[in-house]
Amino acid sequence: MSASAIFFYIISTFILGMGLLAVTSKKIFRSAIWLLFCLVGIAALFFWMQLEFLAAVQIVVYAGGIVVLIIFSIFLTQRAGTDLPKPRPRRIIFSVLATIFGFGLTYSIVYQHPFVASNNAPLNVTVNQIGTQMLGTGRDGYALPFEVVSMLLLAAMIGCIVIAMKSPVLRQSETEKDIETEKLESNSVTV
Amino acid sequence: MSQIPLSHILFVSTALFFIGMYGFFTRRNMITMLMSVELILNSVNINFVAFNKYLFPQKMEGLFFTLFIITIAAAEAAVAIAIIINLYRSHRSVDIEDADEMKY
Repeated sequence: MSASAIFFYIISTFILGMGLLAVTSKKIFRSAIWLLFCLVGIAALFFWMQLEFLAAVQIVVYAGGIVVLIIFSIFLTQRAGTDLPKPRPRRIIFSVLATIFGFGLTYSIVYQHPFVASNNAPLNVTVNQIGTQMLGTGRDGYALPFEVVSMLLLAAMIGCIVIAMKSPVLRQSETEKDIETEKLESNSVTV
Repeated sequence: MSQIPLSHILFVSTALFFIGMYGFFTRRNMITMLMSVELILNSVNINFVAFNKYLFPQKMEGLFFTLFIITIAAAEAAVAIAIIINLYRSHRSVDIEDADEMKY
């Protein structure tokens, strides 16, 4: 077994162990940290597959963005130091059964399927090629999905602001209405 | 990389997918459910990259799909956390059992 294969098995056991801890840990903050390790392990797997750009994106977006966001929301919504409530044993049993049977079914299908490995020379992916194809309008270009995703990000940003700003705006409009009704009433009284 | 058969990488991604599914079924806290969804999305990313590298090494389609999935996962997490925090403001809880009203 070569060093590359040993690296792969180390990385994959790391990913699976951290993922398992992330979904079974009793403290929610620890769970978030295990998730962070799991995502970094997946970035290591991308490195192992020689996709350095993708690994960098994974670390920046997931470890630097999403996990930090999750940790912030944990701080905002959870009382520190309390354990998560234990799920009911019935639910655990049925979840484990569904997981095991689903995994067995899926993996048996995947294992029996003969994948024909390609003999083409592997492409050495550079950032230059990625950028050219990402913004290309030709046959293999991804300019349209790129624009669609940028619109989606804009929509998500505006949506987040609207959701977060909802209650202050409501309160303000209510007070304005109150003031207006008071004015009207006072006017009617004077008239 | 070529010494590892494709099915071993698919084993990792399938196992990660079902770990995420287990978390989604057992957890009742919305933030931990969101974490499980992130695990599921990441297992799909591993699949795309592995298929790209093993079956179509002369192309980059899997890489682009993975990039777009990462982007959409970021947007989804941001919106979900905004909703969760707004729900916490009104219900004082992020437990899925306490959010049983369609409108408040």
